[in-house]
Amino acid sequence: MKIKDNFKIDNKIYKSRLIVGTGKYKNMKECAKAIKISGANIVTVAVRRVNISDKTKPLLMDFIDPKKITYLPNTAGCFNSKDALRTLRLAREIGGWNLVKLEVLGDKKNLFPDMIETLKSTEVLSKEGFKVMVYCNDDPLMSKRLENVGAVAIMPLASPIGSGLGIQNKINIKIIRLQTKIPVIVDAGIGDASDAAEAMELGCDGVLINTAIAKAKKPFLMAEAMKLAVQAGRKSYLSGRIKKNIFGAASSPKFGII
Amino acid sequence: MIKKNKIKIKLNGKKIIIKAGSSLKDLILNLNIPLNKTAIELNEIIVDKKKIKNIILKKDDKIEIVHFIGGG
Repeated sequence: MKIKDNFKIDNKIYKSRLIVGTGKYKNMKECAKAIKISGANIVTVAVRRVNISDKTKPLLMDFIDPKKITYLPNTAGCFNSKDALRTLRLAREIGGWNLVKLEVLGDKKNLFPDMIETLKSTEVLSKEGFKVMVYCNDDPLMSKRLENVGAVAIMPLASPIGSGLGIQNKINIKIIRLQTKIPVIVDAGIGDASDAAEAMELGCDGVLINTAIAKAKKPFLMAEAMKLAVQAGRKSYLSGRIKKNIFGAASSPKFGII
Repeated sequence: MIKKNKIKIKLNGKKIIIKAGSSLKDLILNLNIPLNKTAIELNEIIVDKKKIKNIILKKDDKIEIVHFIGGG
C-alpha cells in the first residue's frame, strides 16, 4: 500500500529510510551491488589519504555515482573536535556538499562517542554552514543539546558500532524520538532485520547500517532483508499497533458456535 | 644529499623530493590524481583547487591529498 510518508533531512526528501555504510565489503563491486539492493539513497563514506604508491587502486566514486546516491562523509576514526572539523572541511572540498555525519569517538574499545567534543563540533560546523547529522549516545539530554546547536539529524547508537547487539535502551530511543523535532536515525549496533524493524517501530525516522549487511554471510540477501525490515517497521509504526493485554481475546465471533 | 635544484616536501606523511620551483599543479599532474575527486591541504590549510597552478612548493611543505573511501 502506498502512503504519503516523506523522509526529509534538511528539507530534502529521500525515498528510502535506510542509510547504509560503504565499509567492510570484500570489494567495491560487492559494496555497490549491496547498496543497489538495499535501495538506500544515502551512503556514508570516509575521508582518507590518497594512496600515492598504488594509483591503480579503484576509486569509490567510480563504483558509486555521487550524482545518483547522496554521499554522507563521516569523521570515523576522529577522537577530537579538531580532527573531525578538519576531516569534514576537506570532505566539503571534495564534493562541494554540506550534508555530513559527525562522529567524535572517545573510547577505542567501545567506540562510544565523546559527547563534549561532539557537541562542540556540531556547533562550529553548523555555524560554518554544514548540515550535521550527529552520531551520539542514547542520551535524551545530550540529544536535545545537539538539536539546539543546529544538528539536522540525531543519530543515537543502538549499541556499540559493529557489535550487532541491537537496541539496548529502547526507552531512551523512544524518549529521544518523542522530544526531537528533527529526524532521529538509529546508528550503530543493528545486527539483523528485526533490530532494524524495531528501531522503526519505536518511531525512528531511519536506520543506518553497515556491518550487519557487509559482514553477513550473504550480504545481498541481508541488504534486501534490511530494506524490507525498515519498510515493514515504518508501516507497522504508522498503523498504530494494538494495546498489549495479558489476557487472551478470541479473534473469531462467539455467536453461531455449533 | 639533496641537490641544489631539488627540495624535500612531505606528501601524505611521506617525504619526497621534487624539483625546486614546482607548482602544486605540477605535483598533482605528476601523480596522475583526479582533481575532481580529491581535496588538498597545504600546511594544514585547504587549498582552492582552481589556484594550484599559482602555488609554488617550498622546502618542508606538508601536503595532504584525500579522497572518499568506503566507511560506515
